[in-house]
Amino acid sequence: MPEWNDILEVLLLQNYNTRLVVLSTTLLGIAAGLVGSFLLLRKRSLMGDALSHATLPGVAIAFAVMVSFGGTGKSLPGLLLGATLSGIAGIATMLLIRHTTRLRDDVAMGFVLSVFFGVGVASLRMVQNMPGASSAGLESFIYGKTASMVHTDFVIIAIVAAISSLISILFLKEFLLLCFDDGFAASQGWPTLFLDVLLLTLVTAVTVIGLQSVGLILVIAFLITPPTAARFWTQDLMPMLLISAFIGGVSGWIGASLSALTPQLPAGAVIVIVAAMLFLISMLFAPVRGVIPRMLRHSQLRRKVDRQHLLRAAYEILEVQAGGKAVVNVPFPLAALLEKRSWTPLQLRRILKIAKREDHLEPATPGMIRLSESGFGEASRATRNHRLWETYLIQYADIAPSHVDRDADMVEHILGAKLVRELEDYLSSHDLALPVPPSPHALTPAKTS
Amino acid sequence: MNWTGFDTWIVVIGSLCAAACAVPGCFLVLRKMSMMGDAISHAVLPGLAIAFLVTGTRASVSMFIGAAIAGVLTALFTQWISKFGNVDRGAAMGIVFTTLFAIGLLLIGRAADHVDLDPGCVLYGAIELTPLDTISAGGFQVPRAAIVNGVILLVNVLLVSLLYKELKLSSFDPDLADTLGYSSQFLHYLLMTMVAVTTVAAFESVGSIIVIAMLIVPPATALLLTNDLFRMLLIATAAAVLASITGHLGALVVPGWFGFESTTTSGMIALASGVIFTVAWIFSPTEGLITKWKKNSPIEEAPPIQEGQVQGSTEFNMPS
Repeated sequence: MPEWNDILEVLLLQNYNTRLVVLSTTLLGIAAGLVGSFLLLRKRSLMGDALSHATLPGVAIAFAVMVSFGGTGKSLPGLLLGATLSGIAGIATMLLIRHTTRLRDDVAMGFVLSVFFGVGVASLRMVQNMPGASSAGLESFIYGKTASMVHTDFVIIAIVAAISSLISILFLKEFLLLCFDDGFAASQGWPTLFLDVLLLTLVTAVTVIGLQSVGLILVIAFLITPPTAARFWTQDLMPMLLISAFIGGVSGWIGASLSALTPQLPAGAVIVIVAAMLFLISMLFAPVRGVIPRMLRHSQLRRKVDRQHLLRAAYEILEVQAGGKAVVNVPFPLAALLEKRSWTPLQLRRILKIAKREDHLEPATPGMIRLSESGFGEASRATRNHRLWETYLIQYADIAPSHVDRDADMVEHILGAKLVRELEDYLSSHDLALPVPPSPHALTPAKTS
Repeated sequence: MNWTGFDTWIVVIGSLCAAACAVPGCFLVLRKMSMMGDAISHAVLPGLAIAFLVTGTRASVSMFIGAAIAGVLTALFTQWISKFGNVDRGAAMGIVFTTLFAIGLLLIGRAADHVDLDPGCVLYGAIELTPLDTISAGGFQVPRAAIVNGVILLVNVLLVSLLYKELKLSSFDPDLADTLGYSSQFLHYLLMTMVAVTTVAAFESVGSIIVIAMLIVPPATALLLTNDLFRMLLIATAAAVLASITGHLGALVVPGWFGFESTTTSGMIALASGVIFTVAWIFSPTEGLITKWKKNSPIEEAPPIQEGQVQGSTEFNMPS
């Protein structure tokens, strides 16, 4: 086990050997998090996957060209240039397929991925036997070796990360429009094709740089996982970009540090797993769109709906029993409640149990139900809201009185206080107010001191 | 170029594998899940690693089962994340397969001391070597890969023809399929299992590039040529077989043009399928570039509209 001091040293970048790797993956995570957000919103998350495969023919061809001009064929800028050019060719093919056929994005991406990769593998095999050059190590271009990163790698990553982050921020508004409604953007005169190409060029830059330094799988994960995780925390683009960059940066930082502390763990794989953990946490617990908070909200709403249905059903039974006179709170049979709605006995028992816990019911003889004082008040309030809404629907939405009950049933639970007040105003101006009974005694005004 | 019995076997194996992939591939393309083949081919790594760690051998049966389970899990996790988390399916797929691949890398790293499993051998199968690995069947020496891919093709064709209308319905209108009592959920997982088993079986013998390409490109080619699912299946199969034949021919011939010695058949098969797609893209009678270009060019002389004539129909042939 590594010592606590070692952990701190690596995390705080004080260790020279790991500083470059940790910094590079952190920067790459931030840049990929930003650029990937736009891809996610454009439903093209797998673009990084397609692109990273599409760079292979460029690598092979650049190698062949450099060798035939007498070089060793392994100059990094040359290979990167080849990779970028072939990535751009891949993008062009994809956009062409997208715009001239009925095939959709996923098919276009899959086409580019498989055909370009096939061409890459075929041409790599061809150039491997070229006289006067050894192609050993070309394959590691595809996988990347995070641990053996050198200073120039770091400088290239830093520059590309900075430029692509800067462009994403400068073109924030345009990219936002492109992601959410490209048809509207085009109709407003924005050059959507140019913006699309710009965005995809940023993706290519991040992919190629990441591919070479940290590997294929990590780049794909970096472009997808942080933005998808960030999406659970917010509904706005700006915070989403920040959170996504943060998650990308943090997974690069923690992942690379972890892998530096334990020798057998490859950095790329650890970073992917850290990012996946962050994704899992976000997906389950993020308050805005997370699975568990959403389930809780849903069950809360359902409980509220059940309660209001129960109380209103009880009130209506009491109303029928009173037969036109003032409604009084008396015990009534359980069977009447069961007939009122399409509850199964089991469901009704569950709802009644909750109502008892919420103090809406009072103990009564078996087979009978009696509302408590607060339950009765709540019941008349729920019924009143229901009828306000029914009246409104009949008057304004032209819904037949015989159908209005069901419609009101679905909406009444979310009537806000403001809406209830408006309904009351409307109804009282039409002599339809549902009064609370007049007080039987004189009310003394409260003394204000 | 000298053609030998080896080359015939390579073409036969390639065709069997390509056809076996093209059949489920049609449904993947129609369901907007084209990238599933690529995702599965990466995601099987932990399955292979766990199968090895549990059994301690590299026997192909246990490896196959491990990989197939990992493939089905990929589909399952993707479905869960996109359903419960409200996530775009492409993104869900990307997260699942990168994570599984990373787990696989770590597991292999743990087992690395005593095993020669490397990610490279998963990604690059070698179709050129398949004729060497033969088993005797009915007195003949038949390559194992031919039998494996033949069986897979047979099973796929059988499943698709038995469940043709159910698969068709659930691909185009899953809600209607559900209301009519054909669980689109079940059919989805059935299809995913089919894809996973096909992918694993095929790239265990011939390499993943052929599999990924054949799952997508021939069905996409067929989709440019027809609007009918049955014809699409036929055209995709034909395009897949044609790609493997021309691909292997190309692998023998093309390197000579540039003064090289040899290349990989699998890469050339992927390229050949791309070329076939491009031909369909340009010349397709309904969807092709030429047809569209003709449709979009202005009409020479529009017939004059008679005065007082009511234009009843507003159906124009809108250029898309």
